[in-house]
Amino acid sequence: MDLSFSAADLAFQREVREFIAANYPADIKARFDAGLEPRKDDFVRWQKILYQKGWVAPGWPKEYGGTGWTATQKYIFQEELGAANTPGIIPFGLAMVAPVIYTFGSEEQKKRFLPGILSSDVWWCQGYSEPGSGSDLASLKTKAVRQGDKYIVNGSKTWTTMAQWADWIFCLVRTDSSVKQQEGISFLLFDMKSPGVTVRPIITMDGGHEVNECFFDNVEVPAENLIGQEGMGWTYAKFLLGHERSGIAAVARSKRGIAKLKQIAAAEMSNGAPLIEDPDYRRKLAELEIDLTALEYTELRTLARESQGKGPGPESSILKIKGTEIQQAITELAVEAAGYYGFAFNRRAMDGANEPLIGPAATAFAAPSYFNMRKTSIYGGSNEIQKNIIAKMVLGL
Amino acid sequence: MDFNYSDEQKLLIDSVERFIQDDYDFDTRRAIVKSEEGFRRDLWQQFGELGWLAVPFSEEDGGLGGSPIETMIIMEAFGKGLVVEPYLSTVVLAGGLLKAGGTADQRASLLPELMAGSLIVAVGYAEPTSRFNLADVSTKAEASGEGFVLNGRKSVVLHGPMAGKFIVSARTAGGQRDTDGITLFLVDAEAAGVSRQDYPTVDGLRASELVLNNVTVGPEDVVGPLGGGFALLEQVVDEATAAVCAEAVGAMEKLHKTTLEYARTRVQFGQPIGRFQVIQHRLVDMYMAYEQAKSMALMANLKLGASPAERRKAVSAAKVQIGKSARFVGQQAVQLHGGMGMTDELNVGHYFKRLTMIETLFGNTDYHLKRYAAA
Repeated sequence: MDLSFSAADLAFQREVREFIAANYPADIKARFDAGLEPRKDDFVRWQKILYQKGWVAPGWPKEYGGTGWTATQKYIFQEELGAANTPGIIPFGLAMVAPVIYTFGSEEQKKRFLPGILSSDVWWCQGYSEPGSGSDLASLKTKAVRQGDKYIVNGSKTWTTMAQWADWIFCLVRTDSSVKQQEGISFLLFDMKSPGVTVRPIITMDGGHEVNECFFDNVEVPAENLIGQEGMGWTYAKFLLGHERSGIAAVARSKRGIAKLKQIAAAEMSNGAPLIEDPDYRRKLAELEIDLTALEYTELRTLARESQGKGPGPESSILKIKGTEIQQAITELAVEAAGYYGFAFNRRAMDGANEPLIGPAATAFAAPSYFNMRKTSIYGGSNEIQKNIIAKMVLGL
Repeated sequence: MDFNYSDEQKLLIDSVERFIQDDYDFDTRRAIVKSEEGFRRDLWQQFGELGWLAVPFSEEDGGLGGSPIETMIIMEAFGKGLVVEPYLSTVVLAGGLLKAGGTADQRASLLPELMAGSLIVAVGYAEPTSRFNLADVSTKAEASGEGFVLNGRKSVVLHGPMAGKFIVSARTAGGQRDTDGITLFLVDAEAAGVSRQDYPTVDGLRASELVLNNVTVGPEDVVGPLGGGFALLEQVVDEATAAVCAEAVGAMEKLHKTTLEYARTRVQFGQPIGRFQVIQHRLVDMYMAYEQAKSMALMANLKLGASPAERRKAVSAAKVQIGKSARFVGQQAVQLHGGMGMTDELNVGHYFKRLTMIETLFGNTDYHLKRYAAA
C-alpha cells in the first residue's frame, strides 16, 4: 500500500500540467473561468488540441488511437484537466459510442466512424431516453423496421444532450416487439441530416439550452449502420452505460468547485467579516471537502481494481451517486454565499451577451448553476436507479 | 385553542383562491413574467378593488383592519399561484412601515393610493455588503437645512422597477453596523439623484440596484423615529418574513400535490412510480416537511403581536423550518419528476426557483438559526 505517485508518475503530471499551460487557449479559459455558457467551438477546439497531442482518447485501446496509459496516468490526466478548468471531453463520441464501435462494430464501421470521433470532426449525440421511457429505458418504443437494405425509423427521443450540435446519433431502437423487451432492441447509427429527423430545443429552468427532443419520421437508415447483431442493442447499451459511469465522480472538477467556493466565501462579507470566517459556513465547507476526500479515495480504489483488469463494476454506482450529491452541494453553498445577489438573473450575460453583471462576478451565475445541477441526480440513470443497481448487483438483495 | 378560520376568513380564502384558479393560471403568469413591465397593473388594481391591498390597514386609515392571519391567507394563496405582483413589497413591507411608523400625514397622503392600487412602494433594506443584517447600513443621510441629503446604494430592491416611491434605510448617526442611528426615508422614484439599474430575478420577479446620489428629502419624508428606524424595520421585516413563510407553504402545497399526482400517473416498469416504496417514502417525507412548515408559518403569524423578543424567536424558528422544508420539497419535486422537472415548460421548476429565493429572502437558514440561538 502506498499513496504516493512514483517518480515517473510525477514526471507525467508535470508534462500534462505544462502542456495544458502552454496549449489551453486563453479565450476559452476566460469563458470557462467566468462560468459562461460553453459553445460548441470551445469543445471542438480543445478536443482537437488534445487529439493532435494524441491525448484525446485515454480510454481507448492503443491500436485505435488510445494513449496506453496506466490507470494512474489516466487519473492524473483527469485531475489536471479538472484543475485547469478546461472544457470537459464530451463523452457521446469519444467515451460512449466509440467503445461500442471498437468492441462490437465491424471493421468497416471502425474505419468509417472512429477517425471522425477521434478528430472531433463528427459530433455525436445519444438517442436513449424517450418520453415514456426514462428510468425504465428498456420499454423504449422508437421503431426500426427492416426494408431490404435499410431500416425505417419512426419515433422520438428526448433529453438528447447537445443534439442541436450533433452530426450523428447512436440510437436504441425496437426491431422486434414479439420478444422480451430487452431482446427486441438494436443499436443503430444514423446521420442527423437524414430526411425525417427534427430536433426541437428543450429549455431548462435555468434558461439554458442543452437538451432536445428528437423526432424521427420515416427516417431511412442503411442496414450497414447496425452495430453488431439485431436484438443485441440492450447488451451494447449496458456496456456503454458502464463506460458512461467512469469519470462521473467528477472529483477533479469538484475540487476546483470547492476551491472557488473558498474564494467566494473569502470575498463575501457577513457582519463586517468575510463569510469564510463564519463558523457555520466553514463547517459546511469542511464537511463537503471531507465528503469529496472520501469519494476521491473510493474512486482511487476503483481505479486500482480496474488496473488489475477488473472492469468498472456495479459499485461504480457509488461514484455516480456521491459525485452528483457533492456537485449539487457545491452549488447550494454558492447560492448561500451569494446572498441577495443570487436573485439576479444574469442569463444574457451568461450566454455571452456584452451586458454588465448584477452583483459580484464570482456568484453571478450561482443560482442558475444550482438549478441546472439538479439534472445530475436524474441523468445517466437516476440516483434512485443507481441505488437499485447497488442493492441488486452488489448486495444481492 | 382554536385553529379554525372565521367565516370572513373563509370568504377571503375562497376569493383569493378562486382568483388564482380562474385568472392566474400558469400560462397567464408566464406571460406576465415575460412582459416588459413584469407585472399586470390591471390585476394589481383589481386586487385594490377586491380590498386585498387594504387588508392589514386600520379602519381609520381606510383599511379593513385585518390581522396577520388575513395577510397569511393571501400570501399562502399567492404562493400557490406564484403571484409576482408586488404585494409583499408594497402592502406588507412598505405598508407595514407606514402603518407602524408613518405620521398621520404620510398615512393620509399615501395609504389611499396604495390601497387603491395606484401607488407601488418598494423598500430598500439591503446593501452590497450587508448580507441579511438590517443594521449593516452605510447609506448616509446628512442633515441639510430642515431635511437630509442621501448618498449610497441599496441592492436587490424587489419590485423596484415598478415603484413610484421607495422607503430606504440610511444612517443619520453611528457606525456601519450600529442598530442606533438608522433612519427610514421616503424617496420619490423621480427625485433628482435617484437612479436605478433594473433586472429580472431568477424566480420571475423584478428588482433594482438603487443608487442615491445627493438625493434631497424633507423632514416630512422621515418614516418612524429619527435614528430609531432599526426597531421599526426589524419588526416589519419580521412581519414580512412571516408572510413569505406563508407564501412558501402555499408553494410547497402545490408542489407536493403536483408531485403526488405525477407519481400516481407516471408509469415505469409496468406500474405507477408511486407504487415503489422508495417513492412513497419520499412523498411522505415531502408531506411531513410541508406540514411542519405550515405549522410554523401559522405559529409565527400568530406571534407577530408578541413582545419583540418572543416575536423574533418565533419568526426565526419558522424561517429555519421553512428554509429546510422548502429546499427538501423543492429539490425532491424536481427529482421525482425526472427530466420533466428540469424544464422551463413545466411549472415544477418555477415553484422550486421561488422556494429557493424564499429560503434566502430576509435571511437564510443559517442566519435565522443564529438569530434564534441569540434571542
